[in-house]
Amino acid sequence: MPTLRALLISATALLALSLSAPAIAQSDRPMPVVATFSILGDMVKRIGGEHIAVTTLVGPNGDAHVYQPTPTDARAVSEATILVVNGLQFEGWLDRLIDASDFDGIRVVATEGIEPIAFDDEHDQGDNLDVHAEGAGDDHDHDEHAEAGHDDEHDHDEHAEEAGHDDDNDHDEHAEAAAHDHDDHGAFDPHAWHSLSNATDYVDNITAALAQADPANAADFYQNRAAYVAEIEALDAEIREILAALPAERRIVVTSHDAYQYFGREYGLTFIAPQGLSTESEASAKDVARLIQQIRERGIRAVFIENIGDARLLEQIANETGATIGGTLYPGALSGPDGPAPTYLDMMRHNAMTLAQALAS
Amino acid sequence: MWELLVQPFADFGFMRRALMGCIAISVGATPVGVFLMLRRMSLTGDAMAHAILPGAAVGYLVAGLSLGAMTVGGLIAGMAVALLAGFVTRVTALREDASLAAFYLISLAVGVLIVSTRGSNVDLMHVLFGTVLALDDAALTLLCSIATVSVFTLAALFRLLVLECADPQFLRSVSGLSAVTHFTFLALVVLNLVAGFHALGTLMAVGIMILPAAAARFWAVGIGALIAVAVSVAMLSSLSGLLLSYHFSLPSGPAIILVAGFAYALSLVFGPVGGLATLAFPRRHLET
Repeated sequence: MPTLRALLISATALLALSLSAPAIAQSDRPMPVVATFSILGDMVKRIGGEHIAVTTLVGPNGDAHVYQPTPTDARAVSEATILVVNGLQFEGWLDRLIDASDFDGIRVVATEGIEPIAFDDEHDQGDNLDVHAEGAGDDHDHDEHAEAGHDDEHDHDEHAEEAGHDDDNDHDEHAEAAAHDHDDHGAFDPHAWHSLSNATDYVDNITAALAQADPANAADFYQNRAAYVAEIEALDAEIREILAALPAERRIVVTSHDAYQYFGREYGLTFIAPQGLSTESEASAKDVARLIQQIRERGIRAVFIENIGDARLLEQIANETGATIGGTLYPGALSGPDGPAPTYLDMMRHNAMTLAQALAS
Repeated sequence: MWELLVQPFADFGFMRRALMGCIAISVGATPVGVFLMLRRMSLTGDAMAHAILPGAAVGYLVAGLSLGAMTVGGLIAGMAVALLAGFVTRVTALREDASLAAFYLISLAVGVLIVSTRGSNVDLMHVLFGTVLALDDAALTLLCSIATVSVFTLAALFRLLVLECADPQFLRSVSGLSAVTHFTFLALVVLNLVAGFHALGTLMAVGIMILPAAAARFWAVGIGALIAVAVSVAMLSSLSGLLLSYHFSLPSGPAIILVAGFAYALSLVFGPVGGLATLAFPRRHLET
C-alpha cells in the first residue's frame, strides 16, 4: 500500500534527520522555516515569534490540492532549516519539490500523532447520514465534551471509540476504496486542522521541532506554545458552547468541498458535499441528484460556499431546493489580512460562527 | 423505461439545464466542427481551445467567477490568436498549422505566467473542466445566444464556406470574400469554444465539436446530411452521457465526450460510407 510505504519512508527519514541534524548554530539571524500552506504558516509564526522567518508556499485563498510549486518555492525549501508539512498526503506535490530542492533540514509532519479519519466510501454517504445525525443529537455526550478538558486521556479514548463506530465496521474496505478513488490523497482525510484538539497536536509537533533546531530559544518557543494552546482551548470551549445549542435536526451542513469531517466529529455536525474530498474531482449527476434529494427530504435550510472551490454548482443546488446560501466557509486556506479569517484561530471562529448563524436561523 | 430516461429530467432542474445547454452546444458547435473537419482543420479546434484558456483564466483572476469576464477574456485571447495566425498564414510563407501552433503556444504560456505570478492559484481546474451540472440562467442564455448567432452566421456564409472547403484557391481568385469567410469562420470556432467551456470546460468543448463531425463522416456524403447526422450524434451523446452520469455516478463532462467517442468508434466500424465493415465486406453489386 503506497500510503504506508510513504509514511514509513518519511518516518524513517525524519528519524535519521533528527538523529543527525546538528543543532543550528546560534545567531541573530532568524531561522528560515517553510510551511506548506497558510494555516501551518500562521501556526509556525505564532510559536516561532521573532526567532524564525516563515515562508508559506501556498498563500491565502490558494488551493493546496492543485498547487504548482515555483522555483522560488524550491529555493525557499532548500534554504529552510525546518519544513512544516501537514502530512496525510495533503500536499501531493511536495515530494517532488523536496527532491528537486536538496532539502536537508528537519521535516515536521504536523498531523503526526493525531487520530486520522479514514475516507468514507462516498456512495455510503446517504446511509451514514443517520448514524452521524443520531450521534449529533446526543446532548449528553456534548456536555461531557465541553466539561472534559483536552488533556484528559479518557476523552481521547472516547473519541477513538466514536470514530471507530462512525466509520462503520468494514474499515479496511473503505480505506481501500478511498485509495482507489483518490490517488492524490492517501486513505485518510488530511483536513485535520478543522478540529481544535488536533490543532494542539499540530502546535506540539511544530514546537518540538523548533526547539530541537534552535535549543537556545526553546524556552521562548514553549512559552509561545503555552499561550497559543490556551487560546486554542478557549476557542474550542467557545465553539462547543455555540454549537451545543443547535437542535439535532439542524446539524446537517451542505458544503461544496467535503473537508470538514474532523470538525463534524469534534462538534457533532454532519457535512455532506456534492464532490469528493479533493477539489480536483468533478461531481457526477448522481451525486448532485442525491444531494438535492437529501436537502429536500431533510429540509436543510442552508448551503455553504467556500473560499476555494466552485461556487456555481452550489448556487444551482440552492436555487433548485430553495435553500439559502449560508455564507463563506474557509476549508483549507486563510483569507487575506483584510478578510474574515487572517489567522488560524480567526478562521475556526469564523467557520463556527457562520455555521451557527446559518443553522440556527 | 420512463424512470430510466425521463425521470431524472422530470425530477431535477439541473438535469434539464444541463440537457438544454448541451443541446445548444450541439446545435451551435457541431456544424462548425463539420466544417473544421472538411477543411482538414480538426486539430485547429484543439489549438484554439488552448488559446482561449489563458484568456478565460485571466478573466477569472480579474473578476472572479464572472461569466462576462471569462467570456470576454476567452473571446479576446482566441480572436487574437486566430487573427494573428491567419494574418501570418496569408502574408508569409508559414503554413496555417505552424503559425497557429506558434501563437497558441505563446498565448498558453502567457496565461500560465499570469496565473502563476498572480499567486492565488485558484481552482483553475474547475474553469478548465467546466461544470455542465452548474449552468445558471446567465450561462444558459449565453449558450443559446451563441448557438443562434453561430447557426445564422453559418447559414449566411454557407456557400462561401463550402467553396473554401472544396477549393480555396478558386474562391480566392473569383471573390474578395475569401479572407472575410476565413476569419468569420475562425471567429465562429472561437465563439463556440467559449460557449463550450462554460458547459463542458475548455478541453471537453473541442470533443463535442469534433467527435460527432468525425462520426458523421461515415454516415453521409452531402454537407447538409453531414451536419444533420453530426448534430443528431451530438445531441444523443449529450443525452446518453447525462443519463450515464446520473445512473452510474460518473462525472458528466467526460461521460458525454466518451459517449460521443463511442459513437465515433461505432461509425468507424459500421458506417456505410467508408466504414471498416463496408471496406472489408464490399457489397456484391459494387463488384464488377
